Amino acid sequence: MAEEVSIDQEVYDRLIAAGTSERIARAKAKAATVRKSKIAEGASLGPRPADQAGKALEEYRSSQGGGGTAVATKTGGDDTGNGGGRLTPDERAARVAASLGTQPSSIGVPAASEHTHRLLALVPPAGIQQVQSKQMDKVYTWPHLLLVEFVALLAMGSLLLIASFFLDAPLGSLANPNQVPAINKAPWYFMGLQELLRYFHPMVAGVTMPGVGVVMLMAVPYIDKNPSARPENRKVANLAFTFFMTFWTILVIIGSFLRGAGYEWVWPWTQGLGFTL
Amino acid sequence: MARKPPSFSDVKTNVQDNVIWKSIFRPGSIYRKGYRDTSRDRALAAMNNVLYHLHPVKVKRHGLKLTYTYCLGGLSFFLFILLTITGIFLMFFYTPAAGAGTEIAYANMRDISASVTFGNLVRNLHRWGAHAMVFTVFLHMARVFYHGAYKPPREFNWVVGVILLLLTLLLSFTGYLLPWDQLALWAVTVGTNMMGYTPVFGEQVQFVLLGGVSIGPNTLLRWYVLHVLFIPFVTVIFLAVHFWRIRKDGGISGPL
Repeated sequence: MAEEVSIDQEVYDRLIAAGTSERIARAKAKAATVRKSKIAEGASLGPRPADQAGKALEEYRSSQGGGGTAVATKTGGDDTGNGGGRLTPDERAARVAASLGTQPSSIGVPAASEHTHRLLALVPPAGIQQVQSKQMDKVYTWPHLLLVEFVALLAMGSLLLIASFFLDAPLGSLANPNQVPAINKAPWYFMGLQELLRYFHPMVAGVTMPGVGVVMLMAVPYIDKNPSARPENRKVANLAFTFFMTFWTILVIIGSFLRGAGYEWVWPWTQGLGFTL
Repeated sequence: MARKPPSFSDVKTNVQDNVIWKSIFRPGSIYRKGYRDTSRDRALAAMNNVLYHLHPVKVKRHGLKLTYTYCLGGLSFFLFILLTITGIFLMFFYTPAAGAGTEIAYANMRDISASVTFGNLVRNLHRWGAHAMVFTVFLHMARVFYHGAYKPPREFNWVVGVILLLLTLLLSFTGYLLPWDQLALWAVTVGTNMMGYTPVFGEQVQFVLLGGVSIGPNTLLRWYVLHVLFIPFVTVIFLAVHFWRIRKDGGISGPL
């Protein structure tokens, strides 16, 4: 499937000697090989030098019949010393005005206009939101993440297929509204609620408690203002959530396995499991 | 003189190196000729595939560790897809009709189990898959909580997740009635009796959802439409928002 790219040994050795990590050196050495092979095929790589670009722009202009002189964009680095090659708003406006020529453009706001905020090109650099995201240790989704996902998918798929081959889904007798079965239970994920119905008025167990529970669950991020995600800094939150989950799990287990005919308490080893999935 | 049969690589080259194949697989596809294991093609492989492109090109390394996510969100989505496919298959053999003398739904269930080719297997997959999905969604929620992954800027995506949990429960519960056997009827009776206690408009809610004062043929049709069309439709919308927000909020949370 994938054609393995050989490593440019010279580049690799140089990078390793310079103290670059093995992974990055390998990637850069591969890139060097590809670049070489592309140059060998006659492809031109990278941006064109400024003088060539300027000439091309000039040709384009004259072919369009427009005025103005071409100004090649500086590529930074060797620049004026104000903020590492960044242009001041005035310089930028001057350049844009020069490149647009003296004729007013047919669309948009003229470069000399006061309404500079209408033109993105004229927004001063300080006005643009600077995103200061930290570089993180990242890997390519393909193949790393997709491979893990594919294996998980296969595992879950085969587990279900095997279960479905050996275990049949239940199918009782025809529904009969006049005949209440001895064991009468909701699906397992609602057994916690059904168990609560034993202890509280239906208004409390069936409406208030699940309603409050869901609202509380949704409100969690707005209640928990602790900025840390480390377990040692959020013992109260973790304890509360563990308590919440354990509470429901116990209710579901009691309702599912320890309740029999007439929803009375039974031990599964005396009267069997009154539970159907 | 006998002609030599073409080698596998000849066939592969001929299949891949033509206009049609290239029009199907965008540049960088691993199925396209000339895929090379380079950074560029790895990036394009994720970017230029409609399904893989749910993911960003690069992901945080710590998120790859199986014990960070246990793939629970991905598995929940996979189960949703599996349930959609098996559900569509079952729809071909099922009519949501009940009533004295014309117990079509229940008769269809027996046919699916007994005489439809692969019917029993697909129904089992649908049933066990549904339970598994409720379970993985619960576990996914627990995982997200313990990682504090709902903290800013991910607060709203947690809310969307809670809505998706409720939709999952509703999908499972509406499907529970469809076999129209004693188990289904009485489990749903227990569940819907609770709705009647909703303050102020409890009776109205119950009447609308049941299509009458008690569970009957109208309820079956109503819940069938909810189960196969309405709730999946709403779920897909929330799933889209959920996935989109993961990326907008900066990808997977952490590292801790």
